[in-house]
Amino acid sequence: MHMADALLSPAVGGTFWAGSIGAIAYASRKLRENLDDRLIPLMGVLGAFIFAGQMINFTIPGTGSSGHIGGGMLLAVLLGPYAAFIVIASVLTIQALFFADGGLLALGANIWNMGIYPAFIAYPLIYKAIVKKNASNKVITIASVLSVVIGLQLGALSVVLETKLSGITELPFGTFLLLMQPIHLAIGLIEGFVTAGIVIYVRSLRPDIVDDLEGVKALSTGGSLKKVIIVLGILAVLTGGVFSWFASTYPDGLEWSIEKIYGKSGVPERQNPISGTLTEIQKKIALLPDYSLPATGKEEEKPSWPAVDTITSLSGILGGIMVLVVVVIFGIGMRVLRKKMRKT
Amino acid sequence: MTFDSEYFNIGYLDSLSYKDTFVHRLDPRVKLLVSFVFILFVVSFPKYDISGLIPFFIYPVFLLTAGDIPLRVIAKKVLVVSPFALFIGIFNPLFDTNVLLTLYGISITGGWISFMSIMVKFTLTVSTALLLIAATSFLGLCEALERLKLPKVFVIQLLFLYRYLFVLLEETFRMLRARDARSFGKKGRDIKTFIRLISVLLVRTVERAERIYQAMLSRGFRGEIKVLRRHSLRFQDFLFALFSVSIFYIFRHYNIVNILGETLGRTLR
Amino acid sequence: MSHHILELKDVYFSYPDGTEALKGISFRILHGESVGLTGANGAGKTTLLMNLNGQLFPTKGLVSIGEIPLNKNTRQEIKRKVGFVFQRANDQLFMPTVYEDVAFGPVNLGLTPEQVDERVTNALETVGCLHLIHRPPHRLSEGQKNAVAIATVMAMNPDILVMDEPASNLDPKSRRQLINLLKGFAHTKIIASHDLDLILDVCERCIIIKDGRIAADGPAEEILLNKTLLEENNLELPLSRQKR
Repeated sequence: MHMADALLSPAVGGTFWAGSIGAIAYASRKLRENLDDRLIPLMGVLGAFIFAGQMINFTIPGTGSSGHIGGGMLLAVLLGPYAAFIVIASVLTIQALFFADGGLLALGANIWNMGIYPAFIAYPLIYKAIVKKNASNKVITIASVLSVVIGLQLGALSVVLETKLSGITELPFGTFLLLMQPIHLAIGLIEGFVTAGIVIYVRSLRPDIVDDLEGVKALSTGGSLKKVIIVLGILAVLTGGVFSWFASTYPDGLEWSIEKIYGKSGVPERQNPISGTLTEIQKKIALLPDYSLPATGKEEEKPSWPAVDTITSLSGILGGIMVLVVVVIFGIGMRVLRKKMRKT
Repeated sequence: MTFDSEYFNIGYLDSLSYKDTFVHRLDPRVKLLVSFVFILFVVSFPKYDISGLIPFFIYPVFLLTAGDIPLRVIAKKVLVVSPFALFIGIFNPLFDTNVLLTLYGISITGGWISFMSIMVKFTLTVSTALLLIAATSFLGLCEALERLKLPKVFVIQLLFLYRYLFVLLEETFRMLRARDARSFGKKGRDIKTFIRLISVLLVRTVERAERIYQAMLSRGFRGEIKVLRRHSLRFQDFLFALFSVSIFYIFRHYNIVNILGETLGRTLR
Repeated sequence: MSHHILELKDVYFSYPDGTEALKGISFRILHGESVGLTGANGAGKTTLLMNLNGQLFPTKGLVSIGEIPLNKNTRQEIKRKVGFVFQRANDQLFMPTVYEDVAFGPVNLGLTPEQVDERVTNALETVGCLHLIHRPPHRLSEGQKNAVAIATVMAMNPDILVMDEPASNLDPKSRRQLINLLKGFAHTKIIASHDLDLILDVCERCIIIKDGRIAADGPAEEILLNKTLLEENNLELPLSRQKR
């Protein structure tokens, strides 16, 4: 469920970048204050472990298809919220760079969706609240499944909101939710059981790995948790503020697409000199007899509505091809230049 | 995506990043920021815009050619990672069925145009991210992040992750070989085996962390790690940044495609 | 000044789970001596080594380096004197490049940047790896990794070099290079290994550990050619001395 750059608007992408950087700075400061030196190499190799672990596929029961772990909640159980969040953020950063999972702008949103919810919400509020010291396997299983499912549901909801607010998809809000939430419920159930299985099995092999870092994890309780929730609340309000400002400035956000589904209005085209010229051209050469431009009267009322792109017109196509040819020639030229430079 | 291909992919991108070209020599901070600005410009286009995006191909093409990076590698990766954007974008033609124009008797709806626009944006942003890492060493990027004031804990985490990524991938690879050698067909890939396999890998990983920590202590570690600075800003870095950003700005505010098309249309007439 | 540099007096060690790994070990090592340490798997070799530089502390008995007894207060000082080369080079090389890895110790010693540079260059020259200085560790061969791992320790200018299975992952040529390298060091050396040929080549003295106790201690030539003694300890004659 990695968000992609192409589905984001600059405002939404930027907001989530700011939020995620803020969270990274906050978690780093918390870690520095109480740093157990052992954590530095442990966090590093656990990040690499999540990566390597995601390369191992298993068969999902009853479906025959294969899946892999996400590992966010597992990290939270092993490392506690702050360290786990930093590790998740680092894994996502490397995925964005080397596998282009998501992209650079979407990285902020991805760190938010897959880091904040498991580390700062699902783990402290659900997992930690259920699992006490020496908890039974059953309790661990229930806690893992619940916290993973809720973490993933929040993440999926975030993806829907981010995409809708960016105003790029035409998927109606409800349909989009119906697509995303059930899929992530299924994923969450499997991930939850697998996480529980790993925690229980590792505890049987080496109990200290699961229990010993309590000192580090203790950071998550008491006053500092309250602070986290307050900070999250402020961030949520800020985010909401930016969103609503954004949504009102650019009506092609939520309301507009809803309006469209009911077919209340067509898409007006902004008056532009080229389309006029083109209509003329077409009339003259009669290449496109039933070519019709939508009515152009409405645009004064709502000037901020998006323009229909002129690539759909003849000049657009011609110009597009020309620019592409120039780019390709530029590329070939650079290659030739490089080869020549290497020879001399 | 099989395990091997992932492993060799990341190793291959890593090996490309040690080349010595104009692009590779640029300060990582500049490359990172210019690429980020590029992506912001690209996604700032409204959803029915395609033509305005086309000139932006010049930037990835420049990184590709000036950085001496094989096109095939990048193209393949762009294709492999497209599913999510494709999955979301493909709904646009279904829901946005307003016919915007009819060309040679074929009706083209707004949905198809916005879908195309998403795919163009996707290609531009993804190829730029991949080219950035192919043309900049990961260490260089970490240095850039540190100097752009990201928390040191996070930067050191990235460095450690990257260092042990290769080690752990190899270890996982060996474990998988052992699993596949003892299981036939689909057997051995069930969840129970998976949990046991990954738990053992986890325990080994934690033990490795303990050994690394001992190795660090044995060499006087007291909680401080220094991130080395290798790069410094030079004239060409400023030039590159200034030139690129002005070009992006021009492309954003003047629709080159339309201007060219119009001129061409006039000459045809 | 006394001539011993390392002394163990009746050292015991038990792990938290109750396993007794060392049961009364005593020996002295003199300046410049090279000592091979061998024994069956689980005999306590690695535990013993870890007790030499404060990774573990004896539950009973005394370890002293020079005149300094090992305890929590002297741990940092002892770590500087005892250079520890770990069994797996990957665990020893944790920094992003060879330079930073070799510099890690000297930087922690608080040296100036110029002094650090000098230490790094010297250490890498000693192991013949100066040309690798800017490489990241994942782009080194196993043999190169081992050599660089030794350099990371040499850069600390230790008095004693302690090595755990230094040749375990090496191909024959890299192993031979390592042996020649070790022979060239004037340091006091303690090398734990199953590679008895390596011990025979590098060390003049050999100690065999069995069940946490010393089973034999004497000149390497004598001990490593005593077939019955070796077989009692799950070992066999060095390959170079086996009759075919």
